[in-house]
Amino acid sequence: MPHSDAIDSPATGIELTVRAAGPGDLEAVVRLDTETSGMAKPAYWQNIFQTYVPDQKGERYLLIADVEGVAAGFVVGEVRAWEFGSPPCGWVFALGVSNSHREHHIGSRLMEEIFNCFRRDGVTSVRTSVSRLDTLNLSFFRSLGMTAGPYVQLEISLDEDQVPDP
Amino acid sequence: MKIQKSTTFALFAVLELARDPEAQLSTAEIAEAYGISVHHLAKVMRQLVRAGLVQSVRGAGGGNRFNGNPNRITLYDVVALFEDNLASEFDVAEAGPSAGSGIGRALQSVGDEIEDLTRATLQSITLATLLKHAAKVDGTPSEARAVQTTLQDSLEPLT
Repeated sequence: MPHSDAIDSPATGIELTVRAAGPGDLEAVVRLDTETSGMAKPAYWQNIFQTYVPDQKGERYLLIADVEGVAAGFVVGEVRAWEFGSPPCGWVFALGVSNSHREHHIGSRLMEEIFNCFRRDGVTSVRTSVSRLDTLNLSFFRSLGMTAGPYVQLEISLDEDQVPDP
Repeated sequence: MKIQKSTTFALFAVLELARDPEAQLSTAEIAEAYGISVHHLAKVMRQLVRAGLVQSVRGAGGGNRFNGNPNRITLYDVVALFEDNLASEFDVAEAGPSAGSGIGRALQSVGDEIEDLTRATLQSITLATLLKHAAKVDGTPSEARAVQTTLQDSLEPLT
């Protein structure tokens, strides 16, 4: 279980707490994700909460950052193992911070805490996948020290004329 | 992608100045720190001043000062001042009529993919991020060499 601790952000003096999400955080996460992604996905998040929130005793995490007691950011990740021969590693697949709380190091604090969760699980590397056009998030992950990893992301269009011959 | 000497010199100069935005360094001081031509660097500095990335301070104690936010300015912002495009060296577009064939276009799409990745990489690394990385590898004899090594590491996968 990720530990909860309140710290004063050195940059802004705000009181910031990072904790494991509970069922009551669903509405806040949907709100934050809608604000940052521009798309409301309540059904998707309900499914994520069913999978990631119940115990959080290891390997699956949904963390919330509270500022002055109000949810201002979240991060979701898990340990994935042996995909195409990869040793177990941490994966971060969603991160959102309220626009009104940007530049308060909330994203960095959430990442720091999920890195600690992954360390406790015994993994030694963390990956994520971001659109090459999303310079805001790419720059953020780069600022944490993340670089291009050893795997290449590939995709294929499922339009009829793109599907290879059997 | 093979970048020009001017681009490398510009990156060294901007990063050296961004390391301490209050500092004023002469062109000769930067050139000496990196072992590069003062004459060539002077031309590069004029272009950086015109672009607003560097402020030239005249008079006694004058020099060059970084002008901008290192958390916002990326390597791409500097590189784009000196490189007309980021075309991959894997470029079949100039191969004549055969470049328009199915094979030619498929080969060109590979070059385009490399070019897109190069641009995305340079656009995602701010000066602050690169300087933080440089500080980590600062076990090398001089700070200048640390930055140089980091730059080479950053660009290596793109060539």
